[in-house]
Amino acid sequence: MVEQRFDAIVVGAGPSGNAAAYTLAKEGLNVLQLERGEYAGSKNVQGAILYSDALEKLIPSFREDAPLERHVIEQRLWMLDDASYTGMHYRSEEFNEEKPNRYTIIRAQFDKWFSQKVRDAGATVLYETTVKELIRNTSGKVIGVQTDREDGAVMADVVILAEGVNGLVGQRSGLRDELKPDTVALAVKEMHFLPRDVIESRFNLKGDEGVVIEAMGSVTLGMTGTAFLYTNEESISVGIGCLVSDFKETGAKPYELLERFKSHPAIAPLLAGSEVKEYAAHLIPEGGYNAIPSLFGDGWLMVGDAGHFVNAVHREGSNLAMTTGRVAAETVVRLHRMRKEMTKANLAEYQERLEKTFVLKDMRKYRKIPAFLHGNKETLFGLYPRLLSKAAQTWFRVDGLDKKAKEKAIVSSFRQARTLRGMIGDAFKLARAWR
Amino acid sequence: MQIVVCIKQVPDSAQIRVHPVTNTIMRQGVPTIINPYDLFALEEALRLRDKSGGEVTVLSMGPPMAEDSLRKALTFGADRAVLLTDRFFAGSDTLATSFSLSQAIKKIGEVWGAPSIVFTGKQTIDGDTAQVGPGIATRLNLNQLTYVAKIGPIDREGGTIEVERRAEGGVQVLQTKLPVLITMLEGTNEMRRGSLSAALSAAKADVTVWNAADIGIEDVTKCGLRGSPTVVKRVFAPTPREEKAEQLPVGGKSPDEIADTLMNEIFSRHQTIEDDLMNFAAGQ
Repeated sequence: MVEQRFDAIVVGAGPSGNAAAYTLAKEGLNVLQLERGEYAGSKNVQGAILYSDALEKLIPSFREDAPLERHVIEQRLWMLDDASYTGMHYRSEEFNEEKPNRYTIIRAQFDKWFSQKVRDAGATVLYETTVKELIRNTSGKVIGVQTDREDGAVMADVVILAEGVNGLVGQRSGLRDELKPDTVALAVKEMHFLPRDVIESRFNLKGDEGVVIEAMGSVTLGMTGTAFLYTNEESISVGIGCLVSDFKETGAKPYELLERFKSHPAIAPLLAGSEVKEYAAHLIPEGGYNAIPSLFGDGWLMVGDAGHFVNAVHREGSNLAMTTGRVAAETVVRLHRMRKEMTKANLAEYQERLEKTFVLKDMRKYRKIPAFLHGNKETLFGLYPRLLSKAAQTWFRVDGLDKKAKEKAIVSSFRQARTLRGMIGDAFKLARAWR
Repeated sequence: MQIVVCIKQVPDSAQIRVHPVTNTIMRQGVPTIINPYDLFALEEALRLRDKSGGEVTVLSMGPPMAEDSLRKALTFGADRAVLLTDRFFAGSDTLATSFSLSQAIKKIGEVWGAPSIVFTGKQTIDGDTAQVGPGIATRLNLNQLTYVAKIGPIDREGGTIEVERRAEGGVQVLQTKLPVLITMLEGTNEMRRGSLSAALSAAKADVTVWNAADIGIEDVTKCGLRGSPTVVKRVFAPTPREEKAEQLPVGGKSPDEIADTLMNEIFSRHQTIEDDLMNFAAGQ
């Protein structure tokens, strides 16, 4: 009989859970990590972009053996109407650096690799083991978890909940509320197989260079949401997501939106001749700072998507997940070394540490953005992209109309659609939310 | 009673793709699983052990990553795991595989006691030959019981075992002397889940790793690619057929009319069929 007691238990083997378990194990703590999937990554879905910085802080040499697809050298931001896109592209040779900043990855492979690192660091990792609920002592302190296996209770000084966006264990154990439809987006994506040389010629790439397209506009039918297309080594990830409350309100179906995006005249030729390899859907916590639940209590901490750590404006999530996982683990390591109890008061150090990182600084900076986007969705995701496209077309089309008349036509089209007051108001609201 | 179960780590065939350009099997990123047929063998072995005592050793030959499958077998409750891994084993066909596995089973016998039963699944889902089990039995001079659906009583004093074997047209009830090799049919039992303590022990357990020299193979030309007379000449994906299915509007017609419509449609597309039928009718 193995002693079923650990210094720490980590629930979940996504980026936040792996970061936490890795940090704890590397510092010599006796760690148990529990994952419900058949292997780490089997249940995990993301676009997916890996931001090097957060992983570098854990595993500086990750580039040597991590399964990376392409490093991103070009970012395209597109505003779509049904026939056009108005875009900003940024491509730089400087992204072809020795240690690239962003990579496209395939999570099933990446998470498996990360999980192996966690095991190599000395953590005990059990797959196909679901945590049903937390076990508390008489004073309410969390002292272990109950799994779905026979004789399934296991004890620890502290439990780190890295269970992902749904947060079922946290909910069942009364640590957090149920997800609210206006704080969570439903995203669907497909992986399209294309030969390497086709991808390279379609996107002007060589070697492991990659392109990222982020798009918004008429494709979401006026709902709060964005679409994306990422180049992998031999495949393309293409997806779209909108707030669950908007889906509910409009009755639109996610897969129909994805079809709409894929058949957009700017996207269809990029995917032509591809073979769909997989279809996936996932929830993304997009409520921002105000939706963050309590992050710590007696004997427990919450990290990653479970803690609602996603920066929707900058499409960042996995880096916040890894950082919160690492910081939570560092807090536990310090308390463990000082032989301090894992009480709520002592674990408060986790949040204090987070305040000093980009995680809570960024989350706080954009705290008003979710409400702004949601409250102005028709204007932002419908009207402006259309007006921009119309203005660009008026400007570029040569048709015998004099330039002054063109300028007038552009201005009047804006003013007809949205009063001057309305436009100034929108700009003002955006500036306030952005600050 | 010592029991050895041979398992193979295979690509999950439900998730394999063929490269559209090169027509080769794309193994990259395809998850691996324990060959599903082997799980029925493993569960049967665990049940025998739970009933009459003894130990279950799981054995696999493959690359170092095959350790994952062995560890999973430990999670289900196997007592120990042995991995045969060596570059000399790479590229083995069924002849070379059964040779290497037989050598390993001999060694397992020397270290932990000779097995009374060696289990395999009825076949693997990637090779589908069903040859390795019988190959081991022949080399180790074990009685072989293939396609076994049910294990009957074991008389340990008399050293006999009774099984039900699925055969063409019926079920054979066979009795033979131990030691035996059994290849287990699918659907014969349901794999257990494994308790938390079994899972925790499995995660901590050491998998015994042996190479060719460890199992006493001096002549490495008997294993791997060099010991394999089977040659893969070509791998190809079947070409999709040109013609596409189409729907014909036949609503509201009587069965006879529908039949006529269908026949006419078929004849209009395949002229020769009508001619052949006419000639056939004329010849009658």
